[in-house]
Amino acid sequence: MTARFPRGATSIAGLATFGVGEATGLSALDIAGGAALAAVRDAGMALRDVDALFCCLPDDMLGGLALAEYLGLQPRFTDSNRTGGSAFMSHMATAAAMLTCGMIDVALIAYGSNQRTGGGKLSTPAKSNRWDAPYRPLFPLSSYALAAARHMHEFGTTREQLAAVAVAARGWANGNPEAFAKGPLSIEDCLSSRMISTPITVRDCCLVTDGGAAIVVTRTDRAKDGPKPPVPVLASAAATWWHSVAQTTDLTTTAAAESGPRAYEMAGVRPSNVGCVQLYDAFTINTVLFLEDLDFCAKGDGGPFVESGAIGPGGTLPVNTNGGGLSCCHPGMYGLFAIVEAARQLRGEAANQIPDIHVALAHGNGGTLSSQATVILGTADTL
Amino acid sequence: MTAPEAVWREALGDGRLMLQRSRASGDRFFPPRLAEPATGDEDWEWVDAIGLGTVYAVTVIHPKPPEPAYNVVLVDLDEGPRLMSRVEGIDPAAIRIGDRVRARIDGSGADALLLFEPA
Repeated sequence: MTARFPRGATSIAGLATFGVGEATGLSALDIAGGAALAAVRDAGMALRDVDALFCCLPDDMLGGLALAEYLGLQPRFTDSNRTGGSAFMSHMATAAAMLTCGMIDVALIAYGSNQRTGGGKLSTPAKSNRWDAPYRPLFPLSSYALAAARHMHEFGTTREQLAAVAVAARGWANGNPEAFAKGPLSIEDCLSSRMISTPITVRDCCLVTDGGAAIVVTRTDRAKDGPKPPVPVLASAAATWWHSVAQTTDLTTTAAAESGPRAYEMAGVRPSNVGCVQLYDAFTINTVLFLEDLDFCAKGDGGPFVESGAIGPGGTLPVNTNGGGLSCCHPGMYGLFAIVEAARQLRGEAANQIPDIHVALAHGNGGTLSSQATVILGTADTL
Repeated sequence: MTAPEAVWREALGDGRLMLQRSRASGDRFFPPRLAEPATGDEDWEWVDAIGLGTVYAVTVIHPKPPEPAYNVVLVDLDEGPRLMSRVEGIDPAAIRIGDRVRARIDGSGADALLLFEPA
């Protein structure tokens, strides 16, 4: 079936991050609320303009209801789709379809977490299923470790190549005032850091931070009247292939190999048209897998590709230009931060601004490489 | 009907590793469920697993000392299904992808746990 999407019919009109790093004393709901208020202001709108709310919170299965109440909204539609960190990309697909057919007028998509100052570790109700749990895998870390081990076995990927992902992310973070982890980071620093679950060390893991993000999406004709350049949504595609890594057919190919091509088809672009790539880098292996599955390099070539310096500052393909989950922030479900950074690049207001950029890709990952969702955004001249 | 999971766990408690097999396709599947995944075929039967497999992926987890390191593996059973487990009877760091392993049921009754050892 041909992939169809209301290409460019909707646009991001407002965006914000809030409380990135440490937001001492604030609850997850406060942080999501702070991001939501700032995004609505950024869109030149008022809360009363919002009639649809899409929200996940890490610690509240009914977080959408909680945020509606917190903000004093009475939405016509509320969605707390929980596919993990990819949920926000799917929120955009739902919002685009509903906006285009007139069911809603203004969608607010928000997330907030206080997992650093609130508990100090990943805040998630997700855990290993009862078939896997008796073997005590670290959730979700060991699932990614198994994928990395298999990738190394099949393609000769090295720990040095995985470390190159962390080093590139730090390079971008060093130019981003909002990034939480800054300072020099070498390949050797990564290789000598504490081993957690082979081959993944502490430096192969994303941060544990607080932070919130929000975007306001509306029909493009309305977004054009706003104070900021509209960022048209060219595509949003999702795919789910498994939940537990024990149920994979091929652990080195993710469902991004389906969501990516479908998104490219919807958007009418090719990987070579994409000016910057924002990937959910929960672990260094994610970046390698997604660069391959999204056709920025061939399957198995991800290791040499990242080792070449291609994805860092000064490279040929800017990846995670805010510093990513590895060095900017990781408040638990990072997907919305990838979308915000892609949109900031297209507006021309990113901390590490890439010149002459017209198309940006944001890719979300949920569960244990389980749910994959790809959003492609453009500038007004791509319409 | 008795839940497929309950049947599987009771068999494991008696020292047997069972798999569901679709009568139409002959394919085995795991974990236990009401119907064969993807086809939705509800016409299946229980069969004994051979109990041999190959390590598809391995990670060695290093907890904070003094707790010792341990491995977590994905094993491809010779009949097809892939599952998570642990290989014992070998230095956890010595396990390699591609190693042949044999199932061993540790404990009995409700405490039974499916493990593997080098074949």
